[in-house]
Amino acid sequence: MIHKYQLNGHNIVIDVNSGAVHLLDEEAYELLNNYNEEGRLTVSAAGLSVSQQEAAAEIEALKQQDLLFSPEIYQEVLDKVEARQPVVKALCLHVAHDCNLKCRYCFAEEGEYHGRRSMMSKEVGKAAIDFLIKNSGGRRNLEVDFFGGEPLMNFELVKEVVEYGREQEALYDKKFRFTITTNGVLLNEEIQAYINAHMHNVVLSLDGRQEVNDAMRKTKNGKGSYETILPKLRQMAESREHKNYYVRGTFTRNNLDFSKDVLHLADLGFSQVSVEPVVGPEEEDYSISREDLPELFKEYEKLALEMLKREKEGKDFNFFHYMIDLSGGPCVAKRLVGCGAGTEYLAVTPDGELYPCHQFTGLEGFKMGTVFEGVMNHELREEFEGCHVFAKKDCRECWAKYYCSGGCAANGYNMGGSIYSVYDIGCQLQRKRIECAIMIKAQEGGNI
Amino acid sequence: MKHIVTLNTALLKNTMAKGGCGECQTSCQSACKTSCTVANQSCENKG
Repeated sequence: MIHKYQLNGHNIVIDVNSGAVHLLDEEAYELLNNYNEEGRLTVSAAGLSVSQQEAAAEIEALKQQDLLFSPEIYQEVLDKVEARQPVVKALCLHVAHDCNLKCRYCFAEEGEYHGRRSMMSKEVGKAAIDFLIKNSGGRRNLEVDFFGGEPLMNFELVKEVVEYGREQEALYDKKFRFTITTNGVLLNEEIQAYINAHMHNVVLSLDGRQEVNDAMRKTKNGKGSYETILPKLRQMAESREHKNYYVRGTFTRNNLDFSKDVLHLADLGFSQVSVEPVVGPEEEDYSISREDLPELFKEYEKLALEMLKREKEGKDFNFFHYMIDLSGGPCVAKRLVGCGAGTEYLAVTPDGELYPCHQFTGLEGFKMGTVFEGVMNHELREEFEGCHVFAKKDCRECWAKYYCSGGCAANGYNMGGSIYSVYDIGCQLQRKRIECAIMIKAQEGGNI
Repeated sequence: MKHIVTLNTALLKNTMAKGGCGECQTSCQSACKTSCTVANQSCENKG
């Protein structure tokens, strides 16, 4: 399978199975139209010009090296992955099911997750660390993300869990990477210093321009949150020397011109930016609809071009969704199974209940067990284990499957009724992001 | 080659032999939380 597209003057061809990315001149790109899905030339070679014959010979050479029209060879990798003993290596700890903001699009229902407001206790926090160590098998690197609601509303517990984790990692030869996702409202110098000393990454929520942010991210009394949080987030980023953090925003139907928000965040001095589309019920006025896609595609292109321009001017910044490593990146085993929700990655509620991930928390039928008794719903775990790119028909036929790894199971469930479904609008946006990310690489390094 | 340049210096298929150690970061823990972006994670197995 190949995927070919033209963007910003580049003729780009992705060989899906090998992962090879090629830049072609016009002649070779046009010639590829005469190849069928199996990679056979469907016109007579005798009728080609000398130059076209040269291009055909180059295409043939790449085919011989399995770098073009290469076969799908990863079933054996999948078999090995599926034969592995199940381990858990990452937890999302919902330390507070409560929030001090009232964001309209929040999948956590303003922190409550279809339940009541509650805070995680020390006992549950420590049991979560014990559960993770016990179920991590031979994995050394373990991850704990402090999430909410708003985790700073239960920061004393965060500190206790970190301290307990540090004690335990030394005993069990593990390495914890703690991260935190916060809206920043409660950030102060003391908390900032603690986060900098102990957190591998920090995700700071801000949507972009003030009017955009304030339309969705409101305080409890209905005011915008931008003015309160911006100075705190800037200080946080500066104190980390602009490393190991992201400012993360959400765009909605109300700001389809979201490239302006990404650039606004960059102009504010944030060098690590992640802004992604909202996923919401169709009936909500802020949800992205199919008719918005053409405009959003243009926005992604505009953003990519502006980033290239800024790079030239020495004003570059990192956009999470355009990060792509053509000199490495994750192995094929990782790309087949994706995010690990319900298997390697679990969410823990304040009461210690286990769910497949933060987005499934509180949803009927998705409770997997507790941190005290472990994973009890083995049927559900097996369902998630089987949810890899080859198990989803839409993914199997998609050129982007080894980049997104089958997408988000929660989005599939919420929008399509099954974790094996895909959320087509999200997929289309994902494919556009990949095309733009590769175009940036082409512009930076390619020359044909 | 005159008509085609390959941009990658590493190929997915070459990760078959040594991949799958599972030590890399869980993708959703980094900066998304509402989508799935795997290809931008880095590999922990440099050996």
